[in-house]
Formats: sequence, structure tokens, C-alpha cells
Amino acid sequence: MTPTLTRARPDTAVPHPRPRRARWRGPLIAWAFLTPALLLFLYFKFIPMFTGLTMSFQEIRYIDTRWVGLDNYRTILTDDAFASAIWHSLVLALGTTAGSLVLGLVFALLIEGPARYLWFVRTAAFLPVVTTMAAVAEVWRIMYHPGDTGMLNSILGWVALEPQPFLASEDSSLLSIMGMSIWRGTPYDMMIFLAGLVGVDRTLYEAAAVDGASTWRRLRHITLPALRPVFWILFTLAAIRGLRVFVEVYVLTNGGPNGSSEVLMTLIYKLGFQTGELGIASAGGIVLFAATLLLTVMVQLMRRRQTTS
Amino acid sequence: MRFDSALGLEARRGPVAVALKVLLYSGMALIFTGPLVALLISAFNETLDPTAFTLWPDSFTFENFVQAGERKVYLYLFNSFVVVGFGLLLQVIVSVFAAYSLARKKFRGMSIVMLIMLTTMMLPEEIIAIPLSLVLADLPVLHLDLIGTYAGMILPVGAWGFSILVMTEFMKEVPVELEEAARIDGAGELRTFFTIILPLCRPALGVIGVFGFTMIWDQYLLPLIVAPESSMWTLPIALRSLRSDEEVGIGVVLAASLLALLPSIIAFLAFQRQFMRGLTSGAIKG
Repeated sequence: MTPTLTRARPDTAVPHPRPRRARWRGPLIAWAFLTPALLLFLYFKFIPMFTGLTMSFQEIRYIDTRWVGLDNYRTILTDDAFASAIWHSLVLALGTTAGSLVLGLVFALLIEGPARYLWFVRTAAFLPVVTTMAAVAEVWRIMYHPGDTGMLNSILGWVALEPQPFLASEDSSLLSIMGMSIWRGTPYDMMIFLAGLVGVDRTLYEAAAVDGASTWRRLRHITLPALRPVFWILFTLAAIRGLRVFVEVYVLTNGGPNGSSEVLMTLIYKLGFQTGELGIASAGGIVLFAATLLLTVMVQLMRRRQTTS
Repeated sequence: MRFDSALGLEARRGPVAVALKVLLYSGMALIFTGPLVALLISAFNETLDPTAFTLWPDSFTFENFVQAGERKVYLYLFNSFVVVGFGLLLQVIVSVFAAYSLARKKFRGMSIVMLIMLTTMMLPEEIIAIPLSLVLADLPVLHLDLIGTYAGMILPVGAWGFSILVMTEFMKEVPVELEEAARIDGAGELRTFFTIILPLCRPALGVIGVFGFTMIWDQYLLPLIVAPESSMWTLPIALRSLRSDEEVGIGVVLAASLLALLPSIIAFLAFQRQFMRGLTSGAIKG
């Protein structure tokens, strides 16, 4: 074959009016490649979601299932156990989010820079994020041991503080769970803030220095405004994660003592798998989903406003 | 004066500043790794106080890991590896296929598919846990019961919106000319995919691989629902009942916790660069 022939081929091989079969082939192949993903999503996300939605309007018993309309939702919104679980979820979500964000930002600012040893500290500090929740919770349970031999109580002893009951007391169980969640959430926020800090325009820092601005003013007027979009994304992610928290509570206290750390998901789990109140449990799931959706939409709107302004 | 950071800490090189920095950074490393180091040391310690960790081991021993064998810990570990091995394989294949369509093809309904992906990412698995357990017990149309099987723990993690989107973004960057050249040379669809597109996506495979691994390894509710019998438990869900069993010593719990933590930590340390890239692309691009 001569070189001229090979070069001529593309022009002749792709004529403008394509044959009918070729027009169908492209989309068909596209859908074929998508089929496994769509099938798995259908079976394990969408069918359960609609099953859950249907169940939330039903009273489910072994023998007969009754349509009860909004009764399950009414139960949830009037029930004391649900009210306190929702309250605990909100407190835990907001506390964890705020704690991780503030500490994450402070640590990110302290650790920013290209030096090699900083990279090492970053890697070490990031470890909690990748650890398995269930195992970490076991570790923290031991650290939180209420007696004065417990690890954290020993540390409190060095600085002459009274031993704390941590998970064992109704007053501090939720706070103790929050402490562990902040420990695990802070490095994540720190990393994302660090990525955001890289994008801050260095010439602005120089200009500020020329104008004689202090470090605090530089931070206040250049760095923090540049991080605002990152801040909002992290806020939503953390708040959603906080609302649906399950493993932490299930392993550390299972809602105790005396329901003082019961959150929405542990309550739903107990209702669904232990008491068999599947309808009410499903309605609880839907309420949680609605809250998650609301948060996501709110932040999407906020992001859109920020990009346009 | 250089401006490498917002606070400019690096530029301060006085003796007091350096001392403060050393204190600060070692304090930070200690806070975040301390509990993990305490676990590592205590798991190999012989005499154990059930209320506290040992930071200074009195005698080094593998005894805890031997006893762990008697409590079926290695069976749970094996189950975890089966689930994460096949789950990750499935997840990567599914993601790569789906991403190929989304990134390289134009077809009607594409925006709907994208919407489906985003919806699944917004839908936390915790919320559908209860209906999912019913669906798994009797799959619609197929009428299979996946409760108590590996498939029940593997299939639900097979498709993950995050993986698909990261892969899609990456595949969009592969130049179209390469694909066209292969097609002109007469390569078919699958051949183009496997010999041209996939090798070029190797960095992204690292990203979705390491994220998929930690995601599947950290699964808790799913195995809790799927595995009622202890012989099917994965290590994370076994920890809780090991701890509440009076006959099982704290040493076994520590050894098992360490075994549950190590794989994802090793995966992270080995694929750090890919992990960080996925982290920032996932969170900032959304």
C-alpha cells in the first residue's frame, strides 16, 4: 500500500450521510457500557429508596400490611424518643462540623508551606481520616475509660484535673462522641483547606506587605475571603455526615446511658431491626433524607450565588 | 521576603520560633497518631490492663494474635478481604465502563444518567438500610436471597457514583485523536477501550482504587444487615461483639482492632499521592 492511499482513507471512509446502522451503534454501545452501573444502582439504591418510601406510609406486620397514610410521620414528629434523637443528631452534627472546621482551619494555617517536614506532619495528621471507624471507636472507648486509670483521665491527672466519666455519664456521653468525631474530621477539613490555600494569589500577600498590613489583617482580608467557597462545601459535607452518623454512636454507647446519646440513625436501626417497627423506621429514614436533601440544595444555591457574584 | 504561606511561619528562623514550631508540629502529630500508636504498642504487650493502654510495653508478645485465632478473628479478616477484593474489582470495572460512556460518547439521555449518579451520591446508604435489607432478602424479578452471602455484601458496593465521576473527569482528558487513530486502524470498540483508553487512565485507576478500598473496608451497616451468622461477619462488625463477650480478653480486641486498621492505613500510605488528588478533586469540584 502506498503512503498516498493511507492518507486518503479518512476522507473517503467517513462520508457525511452515515449509514443507518452506524447511527444506532454509537448510543447502543454507550448504553451497553452503562448497563452494569445502572443495574446495580437500580437494585441497591433506587428500589430500596422507593420501597422505603412506600413502607413509610404503611404499618407492617407479619400477617398483614396496612396503609396508614401519614401516621408514621405523625408518630415521629410527636414521639419524645424521636424528638430527643433528632435533637442529639443536630447537636452532634453541628458540634462536630464546627469543631472540625475551626480546628481544621487553624491547623491548615499553621502547617501551610512547601517544606518537607511539613509534608510529614500532614501525612501523620491525616491518618485518622482513613482509619476504619469501628476499630477507631474501640480504641477511643478504651481511652475514654471512666476510672482514673483511663488514658485520657491519666492525662487529665497530669494537669491536675478531676477524672471525667466521659461515655459513662448522661451529661458527657454526647460530648465524648463529638470529641472523637472531631478528632477524625479535623484532618480532612485541614487537607481541603490546605488545597484551598494553595490557590490564594501570592502577589496579594506581597502587596499587603508593601502596604504595611499586619499578619492578622492579611489573614482577615486576603486569606479568609479566598477560602469562603471551600468553607461552605466543607460545612455541607460535614453537616450531612453528622446528621447520618451511626457507627460512632452504635459502637461507643449504642445510644446510652439512658438514651442520652441516642441519635436518629441508632433509633431507626433499633426500631427496624430489633422492635420490628419497619414502617416508622422507614419514615424516620425519609425524614433524614429530606433533611440531607434540603442541606444539599441550600448549599448548591449558595455556591451558585457565589460564582455569579 | 518570601510569601509561601498565609502566616509566613516558615520564614521565622529564630531559636525561640524554631523551638515553638518543633513543639507545635510534634504536638499535632501526637494528637492525631497517638491513639493509633497506643493501639499498636498495646496489641503486642503481654500484661494488659483492660482499662488503659500501655505506651511502654513491659514484654513483647504475639500471644494476643494467637488467642485472636481461637476467637475466629482470622476468619473475619478473611471475610473482609473477600468482600473488599471482589467488591473493589467489581467497582473498578463498573466505574471504568460507565465512565467510558459518559466521557467519550454522545447519546440522548446522558444528562439523565448524570443526574442519576449525583442522586445516588446524595443518598446516604444509612437511610436506605432498612428497605435494603428487605430487597436483599428477595431481589425483585430475580427472587434471590442474598442475606448471609458474600454477594449480598459485594453487589451493593459495586457501583459508586464518586468513582464513576472521578473516572469520567479523567477520561475526558484523554485526547480524541488517539481513539480515532485506533479506529482508523480497524480496532473495534472493546479493543480501543482496553488498549488505548484504559492504559492512559492508570493514574485515575489508582485514585478510585484506593478510595474504593477504604470505602468498602469501612462498610459497617451493610455487613451488619447482610450477615446475621457470625461465620459471615467482617472484621469491623465482629469487633463489637468480641468486646462485649466476657470470655474474650482485651488483648484479642486490641489485636483485632489493629488488624482492622492496618489494611486501610497501608493502602493510604502506599497510594498517598493518588489519595490526595482524589480528595481535592472530589471535594472541590463536587
